[in-house]
Amino acid sequence: MVELSVLQSRFGAGITESVFRDNRRIDVSSGSVFEILSGLKAEFGFSMLIDLTAVDWLEYEGATDRFSVVYLLLNMDTGERLIVRTAVNLPDPCLPSVYSLWRGADWMEREVFDMFGISFTGHPDLRRLLMPEEFDAYPLRKDYPLKGRGERHNFPVITRSGS
Amino acid sequence: MAVGLPENIFITKLDAAANWARSNSMWPMPFATACCGIELMATAASRHDLARFGAEVMRFSPRQCDLLIVAGRVVMKMLPVLQRIWLQMPEPKWCISMGACACSGGVFDTYAVVQGVDRFIPVDMYVPGCPPRPEQLLAAVIEMQAKVRRTGTVMGREFTIRDTPDGPTPFDQDERYRIQDANLIQLGGFSAAATGKGLQGRSNRG
Repeated sequence: MVELSVLQSRFGAGITESVFRDNRRIDVSSGSVFEILSGLKAEFGFSMLIDLTAVDWLEYEGATDRFSVVYLLLNMDTGERLIVRTAVNLPDPCLPSVYSLWRGADWMEREVFDMFGISFTGHPDLRRLLMPEEFDAYPLRKDYPLKGRGERHNFPVITRSGS
Repeated sequence: MAVGLPENIFITKLDAAANWARSNSMWPMPFATACCGIELMATAASRHDLARFGAEVMRFSPRQCDLLIVAGRVVMKMLPVLQRIWLQMPEPKWCISMGACACSGGVFDTYAVVQGVDRFIPVDMYVPGCPPRPEQLLAAVIEMQAKVRRTGTVMGREFTIRDTPDGPTPFDQDERYRIQDANLIQLGGFSAAATGKGLQGRSNRG
C-alpha cells in the first residue's frame, strides 16, 4: 500500500488523506492534479482509470468548494485502489484532461462536461455525450430544476391538417 | 333493394366504402420505446391476436403504415424522430397514444421526457394504464375502427378541419417561471448564484 508520507514526499505536503468504509481518498489541489495522476501512473503502478466523475456540493453542510472531480485508480499488479479528489469552482470550472494518460478518460470527461459543465483542457473532442448538442444547461448541477427550464421545448407543434 | 339492379350489386356511399376498407385493414407502426411495447407485442401475439381486427401487419417502415402506436415514454432527444416518422406516414393516418407516459409523461416528470406526445403530434386515441393490458389496446383499436367508420371521409375532410394542436401547449406555466428564473440568473439578478454559493433559502420551483 502506498503510504501517505511517500506521496507527500514525492508530490508535496498539500496532499491530505481520508478513509471512508475502507476506501482511501487523497485530496489534491486542482493545479497539481495532472502531475500527481501521471506520477501515480508512472511510478506507483496505477495503470488503470476505473472511473472519472464529479460531485456538486451546493448547499452541502460544511462544503467549501462547489465541485469535486473524482478519479478512481486501480493498480493492476497489486490490486490496490486509490481515489483522487480535486476541487473546482465556478465561474470557470476547468481541469487538465487525463486523456493522454488513459484513453478511457475520453467519454468519462465528456460525460462530466455534459452533466456538470466542467471543461477539460487538452481533451481532443470535448462535446456533449448524452444530452443533445443544442442543450445549453448542465442537468446534474444542484441548482438545475428537476423539470428543466424548457431547453428542448422549441419543437414545431404538428397539427393534423398540417401533416 | 332498388329495382333493376343485377344480383351482387350494392349501392353505398363512397365514404362508407372507403371507411369499411380502411377500418378493417389498419397497419400499425409500432413506436415501442418502453414496457408498453411488451404489451403491444403481447397484443399482436397469439393469445390476444390483433389479426382478428385486421391490424396484425406491423410494418417497421412508416411509409407503409396508417396507424401510429406510440407505446412508451418519448424523450426529448427522440421527439424529432417521432415527428419525422409521423410526417413520413401516408394519408390517411391515425395515432394511438398508448400508456401513461405517452399520454402525459407518467412518472417521468423530468427535463428529459416529453410530457405527453400530444403536445407535439396529433393524437386520435388515448389508452390509459401503466402499462395497459392487451385488452385495453384491443379496445382502443376497436374504438379507432368505430371512429373511422363514424367520421371518415374518402378525401380526408375530417383531418383538414383539425388545424389547431390537439394537446396542451408545449410550455406549462411553471415551466415559464423556471425559464424566467434562468434568465434572471443570467442577467445577474441573483448575484450569489454566479459564485455558486447562493440559492440557499430560495425555493427552486419544480
